[in-house]
Amino acid sequence: MASWGALPLAEPRRVIERDWRFEALPELAETDSFLAYGMGRSYGDSCINSQGTQLSTRQLRRLIHFDTERGILRCEAGVTLGDILQLIVPKGWFLPVVPGSRFVTLGGAIANDVHGKNHHSAGTFGCHVRALNLLRSDGTRPRCSLSDNAKLFAATIGGLGLTGLIVDAEIDLLPISSAEMEVENEAFYGIEQFNALSRESADWDYTVSWIDTSARQGHTTRGIFSRARHAKNGSGLSPGRSSSLIKVPFALPWSCVNRWTVGPFNRVYFWAGQRQKGTRFEHYQPFFFPLDSVAQWNRMYGARGFFQYQCVLPPESRDDAISALLRDVRASGQASFLVVLKEFGDRRSPGMLSFPRPGLTLALDFPNRGQTTRHLLDSFDRIVRRAGGAVYPAKDARMSPDMFASAYPAVESFRAQLDPKFSSAFWRRVQASR
Amino acid sequence: MSLRVLVYGATSGICHEVLKRYATEGAGFFLVGRNAQKLAAVADDLVARGGEVLGSSSYDFKDWGQHEPVIAQAVERLGAIDVALVAHGTLPEQLETEVSTAATQACMDDNFTSVTVVTQALAQQLALQGQGKLAVISSVAGDRGRKSNYTYGATKAGIDAFLAGLQGRFSGTDIRVVNIKPGMTVSPMTAHMAHGLLWSTAQDIAPGIHNAINRGTPVHYAPGYWRLIMLIIRLLPTAVVAKLPI
Repeated sequence: MASWGALPLAEPRRVIERDWRFEALPELAETDSFLAYGMGRSYGDSCINSQGTQLSTRQLRRLIHFDTERGILRCEAGVTLGDILQLIVPKGWFLPVVPGSRFVTLGGAIANDVHGKNHHSAGTFGCHVRALNLLRSDGTRPRCSLSDNAKLFAATIGGLGLTGLIVDAEIDLLPISSAEMEVENEAFYGIEQFNALSRESADWDYTVSWIDTSARQGHTTRGIFSRARHAKNGSGLSPGRSSSLIKVPFALPWSCVNRWTVGPFNRVYFWAGQRQKGTRFEHYQPFFFPLDSVAQWNRMYGARGFFQYQCVLPPESRDDAISALLRDVRASGQASFLVVLKEFGDRRSPGMLSFPRPGLTLALDFPNRGQTTRHLLDSFDRIVRRAGGAVYPAKDARMSPDMFASAYPAVESFRAQLDPKFSSAFWRRVQASR
Repeated sequence: MSLRVLVYGATSGICHEVLKRYATEGAGFFLVGRNAQKLAAVADDLVARGGEVLGSSSYDFKDWGQHEPVIAQAVERLGAIDVALVAHGTLPEQLETEVSTAATQACMDDNFTSVTVVTQALAQQLALQGQGKLAVISSVAGDRGRKSNYTYGATKAGIDAFLAGLQGRFSGTDIRVVNIKPGMTVSPMTAHMAHGLLWSTAQDIAPGIHNAINRGTPVHYAPGYWRLIMLIIRLLPTAVVAKLPI
């Protein structure tokens, strides 16, 4: 049992498979605690309950009701977003928000209040959850929505699985007329050009940018801005592949992602992206989930695993902070392969501990090189904190309790909704006495 | 016209995965299981995927007098049976059966007697109709008696003989008898076991099983490499098998 970053973490004491949604929780020792585990796609320690009981939700993958007229789906929490898309796309529906991988569970999408390339237009996943059913350690099964148990609902959206086991949920779907996306790519040089593209693309449902952090020092930051919408006249409603194309069979002792590979890759990727002029049509899978075609791509980072770092910077301080972060990345000489820049919108999620907030979000990843990498990420934290930003718990394995408390002021009201018998390695870390 | 499917053991992990594929095609189901609550959860899922549940029944499969009336009721609801799938079973602890005659008998009742009784009754129904597919989930465990699970294995070996006989009985007719032999599969039934290299998931093997039923394949190993593995194990001398930790 591991998280996606494959960092060395203490194992859970036991793993219990949940088979049926109506089953009671297992017996628990006085010192033990529960945590749900779905597909293990969180990068850090938020999905791991070291020394505790892990409740695997992989068998909780039954649908409960699909209203094909109104686009409302209710299903068990272990169903993956990929399974949902396989079912709903042929019927002309889509998920209102999808993250960068479809191999995540519905429960995980809610517990991390995931966001996608349409955050500026649609908000987070939690904005589209109509209701959910929790199983608490006292045996109760509260139904939560904006009107029922509203505080518990708000705590559970983005609540990192700490308010009880999410058993099932009901979500709103988005109508589509094609499985294809209408996509445009545009190269940009410098953050001003990025901002201009972001502004003029406000009426595109999906926007995201990739940036090349390996460009030599002194050069301006360059990248590819892409924007897309569901095609109106695309061909067909094919749901695409249900599994990956190929698989990385094992992890080497060292990382295949390093400065010798990332530099050339980025140059080729930039060159190829910049050549694609005009509008093109592409299936939703390569557009939303390019990395899902390679199963276990995390093994490319070697046996020591890797750190993801995603932060959001508020509008007033964003440009300076982004420049400072990118300067630090370049100066460190540590290569980051998947650098993503995206403008968040101002649609508020119901979630108390939700990460997305208005501003600019930047995601980076680094092979785990021990203290060297940790020091670099600590320096990022200082920049983000000074700018009044936040770091994303779903991707974190190392932020300090202070850093967490400063970025998530709602944690005090969240604590009142916690289930006392649910915990995680992440939660114990950020709640350690400061 | 959409297929009419009668299922015994509809709540089994492998079976449910296969049923999902029929549901997507718009099949009509009559579901039979031991637990009404679990059966309802499976029924909801199949309906949400586009299937139609025309009826269901839950009872103790050792209640021998129940089988015939339930099958009669299913035939009445479905009109006729295009596909009958018998998938119920339990996996006992081998060591427990060695020290308990009650556990041995329960294993025989769950995995052999109730399966053959139900299969015989379904075969009779298909014989009356003159056509249809009759699929039974057996196991690679029946291919050779081995010390690690011979009580369970014996029930499956018995089913193999039973199905081979039915295939003979229906040769030259439009009735197809399909013997499905899964290898080690991750499911609620095997959740307590350590899962190694040769394990599959129900999702992995369901498409092959669905195809085998539709084509009427006499013996389908799931996944296919078990045919080779079990051929080798069958060819090994008794003295060698006795020494192997299997």
